[in-house]
Amino acid sequence: MSFINYLSREINCKIVYYGPGLCGKTTNLQYVYNKTNPEAKGKMISLATETERTLFFDFLPLALGEIRGFKTRFHLYTVPGQVFYDASRKLILKGVDGVVFVADSQIARMEANMESMENLRTNLAEQGYSLDKLPYVIQYNKRDMPSIAPSEELRAMLNPQGVPDFDAVAVTGQGVFETLKAIAKLVLTELRRSGG
Amino acid sequence: MTNPQMVMYEEEFNQIQAIVDRLVKEANARVVFIIDKNGQLIAASGDTELDTTSLASLTAGNIAATGGMAKLLRENEFTTQFHEGEQSNIHIQLVGNRVILVVIFDNKTSLGLVRLRVKKASEQLNGIFEALLQKVQDPARETPFAEITDEDIDNLFND
Ligand SMILES: Nc1nc2c(ncn2[C@@H]2O[C@H](COP(=O)(O)OP(=O)(O)OP(=O)(O)O)[C@@H](O)[C@H]2O)c(=O)[nH]1
Ligand SMILES: [Mg+2]
Repeated sequence: MSFINYLSREINCKIVYYGPGLCGKTTNLQYVYNKTNPEAKGKMISLATETERTLFFDFLPLALGEIRGFKTRFHLYTVPGQVFYDASRKLILKGVDGVVFVADSQIARMEANMESMENLRTNLAEQGYSLDKLPYVIQYNKRDMPSIAPSEELRAMLNPQGVPDFDAVAVTGQGVFETLKAIAKLVLTELRRSGG
Repeated sequence: MTNPQMVMYEEEFNQIQAIVDRLVKEANARVVFIIDKNGQLIAASGDTELDTTSLASLTAGNIAATGGMAKLLRENEFTTQFHEGEQSNIHIQLVGNRVILVVIFDNKTSLGLVRLRVKKASEQLNGIFEALLQKVQDPARETPFAEITDEDIDNLFND
């Protein structure tokens, strides 16, 4: 649920990175944080365990620029991917304007990808959202790893609807901004359609 | 959409800001801010040198987490939270189940006074947000985004 402030002429949108444990959600945000000018970003907050697994969420506020005199601000969140943190994942999805599903390309993680996507659908439905109606893109991450599934196979399994999708190596930044731009565009387009 | 869009106009903002300004003074607080349940900052007053964007997101996460606990206990949402530190204390109040009023204060004031002032401010804020909600749901409401073009959106990324 975006927030339009006519006084400060700002529009705020919430984007959530979802996906199985260790797929690279936090790494996406860290890369965006490291590559963004200081004046365009706030502090990145990571509520993580001692082993750097996301415990509740990561948060990164980002200013993208102006549209028709309105400053566009995006709040990027990641969920904790580990299965047992489901209650927290549900909370982070509240008020979401757009979802990035980060898949782990490694063959060994195919089942985890499918489970996480199913979990995303269930958790959205619980709050009256549908993945088919929400701005939504998919990222196939870890393309640099040795035992990975071909992109076409991943696409067949995870993207039958044909939403925008991207190959990525989040540690080096490949595909990270492409993914972010795609979801930001879809969110703004949806705002126009729904009349803000 | 399960929740109506949050929108802020000048008229309501001025009313809200006035309440927040008064609360900082009357409660002798360090900073007061109002955020929506998604963690977006609506208004702030006092020592706004603090990183209010981060505080807003964490407070919303906190309210969301305790709201989740309440649900498990089949309890209504916990509307008030208080965290006591050595130097600073945080008082968090859910207003009309829609926005969150946060007061950060030190030993220049007392919890009793803060509570009292928060109670009064919440009642006033509740009325304003009710009215705002009505306005937002008006189908004839004008928005700046109906007119944006693909080009406008593309231009955002040409840096
Ligand atoms: N080789 C390689 N490693 C990656 C890539 N992306 C992330 N990693 C590594 O994978 C590990 C997990 O990444 P995170 O970003 O913490 O994963 P996450 O999805 O946030 O995990 P949770 O917080 O548990 O849900 C880290 O060691 C990253 O450095 C990638 O594209 N290639
Ligand atoms: Mg993480």
